[in-house]
Amino acid sequence: MEKGGGAAGEGFRPRILVFSTESISDIGIDLAGSSHMHYPPTAISIPLPCSSGIRPDWILYALGHGFDGVFVAADGTDCPFVPDCTGRTAKLVDQAQNLLRENDIKPERLKMAAVCSVCAESFQKHMKSFFDALKGLGPTRKAG
Amino acid sequence: MSERRIGVYICYCGGNISDYVDCERVQDAIKHEEGVVVAKTTMFACSDAAQQEMIDDIREQKLDAMVVASCSPTLHLFTFRGVAERAGLNPYLYVQVNLREQCSWAHTDVPEKATEKAVHMVKAGIAKARLTEPLQKTRIDTVPRALVVGAGISGLRAALALSDLGISVYVAEKTDKIGGRVAEMGRMYPHDRRGSELIANLVEEAQKRENVQIYTQAELTEKSGSVGDFTVKLNVKGESIPLNVGAIIVTTGFNSYQPADGEYAYGTDGVLTLPEFKQLLDQCEGDLTYRGKPVGNVSYIYCVGSRGSSQKENPNDYCSRYCCNAAMHASSIAHDLSPGLHQFHLFRDIRTYGKYELLYQEARRKGALFIKFDDDEPPRVEKSNGCFRILVKDVLTNGEELDIESDLVVLVTAMEPRPNQPLNDVLKLPLGLDGFFKEIHPKLRPVETVIDGVFIAGTAQAPRNSAESVASALAATSKSAALLKKGYVELEPLIAVVDKQACTWCDKCVESCPYSAIGKIGSGEKEVAEINAAVCKGCGCCVPACPQGALGVRGYTDRQIRAMIDAMEARNG
Repeated sequence: MEKGGGAAGEGFRPRILVFSTESISDIGIDLAGSSHMHYPPTAISIPLPCSSGIRPDWILYALGHGFDGVFVAADGTDCPFVPDCTGRTAKLVDQAQNLLRENDIKPERLKMAAVCSVCAESFQKHMKSFFDALKGLGPTRKAG
Repeated sequence: MSERRIGVYICYCGGNISDYVDCERVQDAIKHEEGVVVAKTTMFACSDAAQQEMIDDIREQKLDAMVVASCSPTLHLFTFRGVAERAGLNPYLYVQVNLREQCSWAHTDVPEKATEKAVHMVKAGIAKARLTEPLQKTRIDTVPRALVVGAGISGLRAALALSDLGISVYVAEKTDKIGGRVAEMGRMYPHDRRGSELIANLVEEAQKRENVQIYTQAELTEKSGSVGDFTVKLNVKGESIPLNVGAIIVTTGFNSYQPADGEYAYGTDGVLTLPEFKQLLDQCEGDLTYRGKPVGNVSYIYCVGSRGSSQKENPNDYCSRYCCNAAMHASSIAHDLSPGLHQFHLFRDIRTYGKYELLYQEARRKGALFIKFDDDEPPRVEKSNGCFRILVKDVLTNGEELDIESDLVVLVTAMEPRPNQPLNDVLKLPLGLDGFFKEIHPKLRPVETVIDGVFIAGTAQAPRNSAESVASALAATSKSAALLKKGYVELEPLIAVVDKQACTWCDKCVESCPYSAIGKIGSGEKEVAEINAAVCKGCGCCVPACPQGALGVRGYTDRQIRAMIDAMEARNG
């Protein structure tokens, strides 16, 4: 079972794994960096070609291995591969949330939003708000 | 134990990384990672010397994988793949870690935490590198046609140059007129040729060409496909026209800054923007007159709408670059019309760079007076008794307040980006913070964008004069032609692969593939999925569809993703 929020402690800094995409959301995340827009440094990306290629079990794996939240920085309608990328990625996120429930992990630890190649500001906002939300949830690491 | 021999290079980027990330600490933290045999920091990993050092290391240390932790892969992935290739290492054994855009620059406020993140990132890169394998590129044919969006001087010049090279060109112009801003211009610096004539010559030439087709009232409404082979749709006067092109050049131009109402008395008769004044000069025959009255005094106020000066919200921070030169040239023309004219130039700084300095000298020789005002104390413009009074403190005479009478006030106005949301929605090109289209790198890849095969030029990219616009248009032409004349592009081999052992042929992957790239093939006693390498784009949509986990994309395999997560979990957490 997950620990409750109470176990988090004041110094808890949730670690966020971002699944980003090389041709779209990474460009937006890069723009946030080159504009020196600060976001929590515990957020770290693994770039993929497309957000519709994320395996739900990777998300479960990340939450079982040191990460407190997973953020899918989806291609959205800008996807260079598939026009229905938003729907496809959303479906994977649904599957992953079910997988998390089955493993007693709160589905709120997984968040998805489209991050376009110029969405620096929205990425920054997402990171900050997700970080705060995860702080409330506390660490995912199972007790012991 | 890994049998790999990995070289890791951590770049300072001349301080862009090392000012916020302690690169030596990162080096210490990763040097004993499994498989790492070389771990170095470097001032500029992209420098010739550093590249040579990598090549030497690859050869001498017999490296079989390389990690460079530097800037975004959009900038230097190909640089370092090239380094690997020159050293005889397959380029797909190279992994780039985006330490600048996604770490040092994003966390300048917390260097300690940035360093911790950097350690995680480099470890993940090493974990990925450990599982790399040598790969070969696949080739696809390109379409020898290009689309130019915008028929101003840049677009027309690009179209002719492409045509010269034997590439068919479609030009889509949104308005009903060809020629853009320059077509409306009279005498232009430095050769005093009329803008309208320059454009007329280009249009005449274009009309002679069989391989140039200009559409007016045409907008780009759809784009699909990829570099070398795009399918686009133009809406031309309500009719949808499909085209197949290999490259797209965007030359959609600029807007001229419109001052706020009352900004330097703008809106009062006799206060003109620079483009309005140039039109007036163009229409005058004989002495300079305004509304039938002779003009005796003209005052120019510089940097209106540029360099943070504006009464509007979100003023432009940049210098508009063309305007000092254009105002000097206009001043000379005004003098030639009315040699007795008194001209006062109220400036913050004069930026007649390069050979345009001669325009400044000429304006001074013709009697123009230059008065420098302080950024914080701009001139005030008042109207009384039918003429303007301009009150300005002259910085160069210790703040003496001058009271200048003028018949006309010319506001030397900025160039601004031209908003075009529908086009942005189709092309998805990034805009800079200034609102102009953004290149990948101002020095290294100045006309390329993050969308392969889509180039930018002219004032759609930045404020510049027509000569500079044409130079960039020809640069974009060269890049497009280099792509299309080769006849093919080499595609990344980072495509889907099937684990034949695990595959049970349930055909779920076939449904998931947007490109119909998956077929069936016999393998021993069973049937398994097979990927068509020429058709697969490497999106990975099939990967989560497979219930057996038998599909992966090269470079992003299940093992690699899990290894990266593992590498980021342990220690330093």
